[in-house]
Amino acid sequence: MREEIKRVESELKRLEALQADGIDVSEAINKRKQEVKAMKAEFPMDAWDRVTKARDAKRPVASQYIEGLVDDFMEFHGDRRFGDDPALIGGVGWIGDTAFTILGQEKGVGTKERVKRNFGMLNPEGYRKAQRLMKQAEKFNRPILCLVDTPGAFCGLGAEERGQGQAIAESLTLMAGLQVPVITIVIGEGGSGGALAMAVADEVWMMENSIYSILSPEGFATILWKDASRAQEASEVMKITANDLESFGMVDRVVREPDEFCVETLPAVIESMREIILKTVSDYQKLPVESLLKKRYEKFRAMGRVSEKEGTE
Amino acid sequence: MLFKKRTYATIQLPKSKEPYVQTEADPITRGEVIPEGDFHKCPNCGEIFYAEILRTTEGVCQKCGQHLRLGARERIAQITDAFDEFHHQMEETNPLDFPGYEKKLASNRERSQEAEAVVTGLATIGEQPCVLAVMDAGFMMGSMGSVVGEKITLAVERAKEEALPLIIFCASGGARMQEGIYSLMQMAKISLAVEAFSKVGGLYVSVLTDPTTGGVTASFAMQGDLIVAEPGTLIGFAGRRVIEQTIRQTLPEGFQRAEFLLEKGFLDQIIPRNEMKETLTRVLKLHGGKR
Ligand SMILES: [Zn+2]
Repeated sequence: MREEIKRVESELKRLEALQADGIDVSEAINKRKQEVKAMKAEFPMDAWDRVTKARDAKRPVASQYIEGLVDDFMEFHGDRRFGDDPALIGGVGWIGDTAFTILGQEKGVGTKERVKRNFGMLNPEGYRKAQRLMKQAEKFNRPILCLVDTPGAFCGLGAEERGQGQAIAESLTLMAGLQVPVITIVIGEGGSGGALAMAVADEVWMMENSIYSILSPEGFATILWKDASRAQEASEVMKITANDLESFGMVDRVVREPDEFCVETLPAVIESMREIILKTVSDYQKLPVESLLKKRYEKFRAMGRVSEKEGTE
Repeated sequence: MLFKKRTYATIQLPKSKEPYVQTEADPITRGEVIPEGDFHKCPNCGEIFYAEILRTTEGVCQKCGQHLRLGARERIAQITDAFDEFHHQMEETNPLDFPGYEKKLASNRERSQEAEAVVTGLATIGEQPCVLAVMDAGFMMGSMGSVVGEKITLAVERAKEEALPLIIFCASGGARMQEGIYSLMQMAKISLAVEAFSKVGGLYVSVLTDPTTGGVTASFAMQGDLIVAEPGTLIGFAGRRVIEQTIRQTLPEGFQRAEFLLEKGFLDQIIPRNEMKETLTRVLKLHGGKR
């Protein structure tokens, strides 16, 4: 049935090209559109469809969420140690009447900017910039909103030299002890430790067609099967969709997306999120710090499946 | 066949009669432990040793000084005076129903005589009590799944409850792929426990042994108050091959080795195996033990 949908969709594209050339096939186009819609309603997307959507170049990126969600955003640069990582946008701004610290992994729009942003793959200085701004958020008692969208932390010579592993490790312990509420939303790709380094949060949400995984499906297929071309198959067995993670209790909320999720349809999605973000943060702000930290501890403490769990309470 | 690939030794486990040679097809991702003959080849200089002789040198090549990989039991025997193990029976489930995972676990259990890739317990090192966790690269390349995550978290929590120092010997190829996102979340779980332990003043010594890579490097391996390593240990976040593909050039000799990390400022010290027990004893004494 997936093949059938794809067949009709490609036919639809062909018809639309004809239409664009001035040949009137609008009736056929409408018919095909109805067919696709009906088939999609009956057969929900598989994991690979979501991988494709999560990586789609038209999909909104962190800077576009920030633009729509945050008023008077002021960006802050640099890790005060090595440099400023363009793959991470950090700063402060208003969501409603609450000042937030916002951290977003940024893939960029258009080839030139995507290259500049390193396709959302952070170097150690990106994680260290995030750490600096998280500590500042704590100092000024601001809640933190993290937007995750990365294929993974950057794998380069310099990244290793400057301690990519150490940088991520430090982000994990820092977030473990942060005395302000943190919400993380996976908006596109949540790739491995590079995503987790911004996701030790009180609540982790995922956009409906985002993914969150230990590794890219391509990398997974390479390691386990020595065959990157089996990525599609890997995406199924890996269980990386928002629904999967929600069922594992690792994700607290899945945010619905429109059929065509792009910068044009983003404002409506943001409007549906704004009140929930504010309500959630205000609930966590009411907790005494000890309770906030205990709750965060217990949330992640429960993750994992073992038999004969002796010695645990 | 025996010496065709780069091999390294894992010293005989007390329980089992057979010594092991581990075939190192890919040090990051492969973790096959194959019982072979009575001798081993040094992966660095190629010298061939009888297993018995290697054992008297604590698994260090007498020709070139290479520190060969050790199984957890052998490591514990080398550095502790007493050891009381926790949670020995804890085993993996197959959280993603990953095809073939149970079989893989069973064959690794059979070969390694271990239930999983980490052994934890209460230890005495030079009369100093501590909580000790030792990872075993001979079990699915020390990859971190739910049991590894749970056992290490419980060890950290035990150290906190009993106000004891914590020592973790890391040895891991990184994530346990077959557990997917569950594997990733172990990094968060352990980090929360390490942070809570640190907040109450607990001492955590992280000892990096060959290989320490991936998600273990990006979490508890790099979260110690002290971070030390054995000579020549491979330490890194990304695998060599992945980096070479990314930057399209060959990496320099010695890249991601302990000596490189010391130079870059990510290690406190490099400690040869024959000085490990004495050094740990001194560290434990300096942090609240008796002089
Ligand atoms: Zn040698």
